Amino acid sequence: MPDNETVTDLGLDEYKYDFVTDEKPLFKAEKGLSEELVRQISAHKDEPEWMLEFRLKALETFYSKPMPNWGGDLSTLDLDEIYFYLKPQDQMERSWDDVPENIKETFERLGIPEAERKILAGVGAQFESEMVYHSLKEEWEEQGIIFESIEDGLRKYPEIFREHFATIVPPQDNKYAALNSAVWSGGSFVYIPAGVKVEIPLQAYFRVNAEQMGQFERTLIICEEGSQAHYIEGCTAPVYTTESFHSGVIEIIVKKNARFRYTTIQNWSNNMYNLVTQRAMVHENANMEWVDGNLGSKLTMKYPSCYLVGERAHGEILSIAYAGDGQHQDTGGKVVHAAPNTTSQIVSKSISKGTGRSTYRGLCKVYDGAINSKSNVECDALLLNDTSRTDTYPYIEIDENQSSIGHEASVSKVGEEQLFYLMSRGLSEEQAMTMVVRGFIEPIAKELPLEYAIELNRLIELEMEGSVG
Amino acid sequence: MSEHLLEIRDLQARVADGGIEILRGVDLVVQPGEMHALMGPNGSGKSTLAKVIAGHPGYEVTGGDVLLDGKSILDLEPDERSRSGLFLAFQYPAEIPGVSIANFLRTSINARRGEEEGDLDVFAFQKLLNEKLGLLQVQPSFAARYVNDGFSGGEKKRNEILQMAMLEPSMAVMDETDSGLDIDALRIVSEGVNTLRGQDERMGVLLITHYKRILGYLQPDHVHVMLNGRIAHSGGPELADQLEEMGYDWLHEPEPEPVG
Repeated sequence: MPDNETVTDLGLDEYKYDFVTDEKPLFKAEKGLSEELVRQISAHKDEPEWMLEFRLKALETFYSKPMPNWGGDLSTLDLDEIYFYLKPQDQMERSWDDVPENIKETFERLGIPEAERKILAGVGAQFESEMVYHSLKEEWEEQGIIFESIEDGLRKYPEIFREHFATIVPPQDNKYAALNSAVWSGGSFVYIPAGVKVEIPLQAYFRVNAEQMGQFERTLIICEEGSQAHYIEGCTAPVYTTESFHSGVIEIIVKKNARFRYTTIQNWSNNMYNLVTQRAMVHENANMEWVDGNLGSKLTMKYPSCYLVGERAHGEILSIAYAGDGQHQDTGGKVVHAAPNTTSQIVSKSISKGTGRSTYRGLCKVYDGAINSKSNVECDALLLNDTSRTDTYPYIEIDENQSSIGHEASVSKVGEEQLFYLMSRGLSEEQAMTMVVRGFIEPIAKELPLEYAIELNRLIELEMEGSVG
Repeated sequence: MSEHLLEIRDLQARVADGGIEILRGVDLVVQPGEMHALMGPNGSGKSTLAKVIAGHPGYEVTGGDVLLDGKSILDLEPDERSRSGLFLAFQYPAEIPGVSIANFLRTSINARRGEEEGDLDVFAFQKLLNEKLGLLQVQPSFAARYVNDGFSGGEKKRNEILQMAMLEPSMAVMDETDSGLDIDALRIVSEGVNTLRGQDERMGVLLITHYKRILGYLQPDHVHVMLNGRIAHSGGPELADQLEEMGYDWLHEPEPEPVG
């Protein structure tokens, strides 16, 4: 374990060193999945024995589970062609010149600063935010907040880590959770002590460390009683990776009287299969909110969930999905009411353009005994073209009569009257279409931190270019 | 003779894709600074005329022409017509949820500014907006609301006039702006229109209405009656009084054809 000197801690010097020279022998895993690979990953990370055993057991679970036959089309996903583990240095071998032109152009037009573009394209480390991060980190440390990479979390805080890890999303949960459990690498470890309120959002963006967000990232967040925090992950600019498979697991524990919000916006390149399990366990009188934006990717399957296990727990899921040409966003949310007087709300909005398809898939489950539970689901789909498609699969399972569940769904097309009205004020057809779309996502955009909302709006504008004949 | 501001020549139009013919040869000329009232029974084609002038895609022009400042606008898209100085105050304005009036107006104003001019400064825009809100006696919080979303009929009409005030058109077509307004709102809206005309003496107005009521506030120079897709009768302000008294039955169609 390194001495707790900030620079060592941040791994910056090592990073720079690796960046300028290539002398160190690099670990490069083979394509495909094997027990040997899992052992290599664990050894490479210098993990305790229990984690290796956990990974190996998860691998077995992965092999034993069938591919899901619901949701999006996974038939073209070839797991033998995937690198399941890349050390960050391997990722750094890519150079700016390798980044496709269209991605570069999008960065340009989004006005992303030069240094950040390289991070987003996976070809550089984020040195710029070092100072900002450093001062924030000191402040956080004084309050006892832990905000580390998942690897450092395991290394430095083994007890807290082990107590909570994989308790919310066990490997047996689903095939891809099992896969993630076997090969996970990268992600965040966050611990908010009891009663601590964090004003400034914790942004994964600030957490400078050697592990960039990986394909199989794993995040574990623990909010102790009465704490409050907001965590933000991702950004609206397209994330370019040469890998085509991302399968993350996010576990969040919100204890009694705590409040937590997790905001993520992801914009993957269009070859990406993005299968993510995000789940929160919400205890008595606690409040959990997911704000989830999904753009890009070939197929995204992602259903943030709230397990309301304590009385008066509240869960909220706000999600927005944008399916462009050839993309399928299969998203939604899950709320499980397992205690009396629990409340939840799901607001899901999707936009489909060209041959894009968006699916809302939601589950609302009320267990026997969860009296006076209330849940409200609202999903709205906007279709931009005759070729775009949307489907809604709301599953509702209610074992408790004394509960109230509402579900509203709407599908709309951008109307001729709306376009004519806006155009009659001087807006071009494209501007008019963009304005209707921006208005449609406004209820979610206004929940985002300002800079994210602005980026999201700019991105929607870019996406809308050429959308009309 | 000065150049016509708006000239409609023998305009014929039908519902798009071969639907029924609604305008059957409309002739009308508006000179700079003039206000014309267009009256007539339901279904006579008044609203269709307004939409066709603005370029609504639901109608197809089958003959005739519409000229603004001497240039035909029939080949122009609705946004190009707007940027040429035309404004249509809608009878039933569309709702645009999630888009604030202020945002919409700023986008509209910037859309009509040239490349080299660039976007209007945010503070200049705010100043202009406050001024126009004051003119129409509307609370500033109005501009933060989503465009027509959940508005009452009167609020929608006020929003139309606010847009007209902000965009400062050279030719405004107002389609039944008075319907759905209570007496106070009618007075405020009318005063707003009068003030705008005072500020721009060359602005032309074509006011489509069912009722003489608004003509007590806005004094048209000419009154026309539309029947069955044509202007059947034109006159001065006194024509409105006659219509109020006698209805439309005494007016005959220009040629004997079955009434639709």
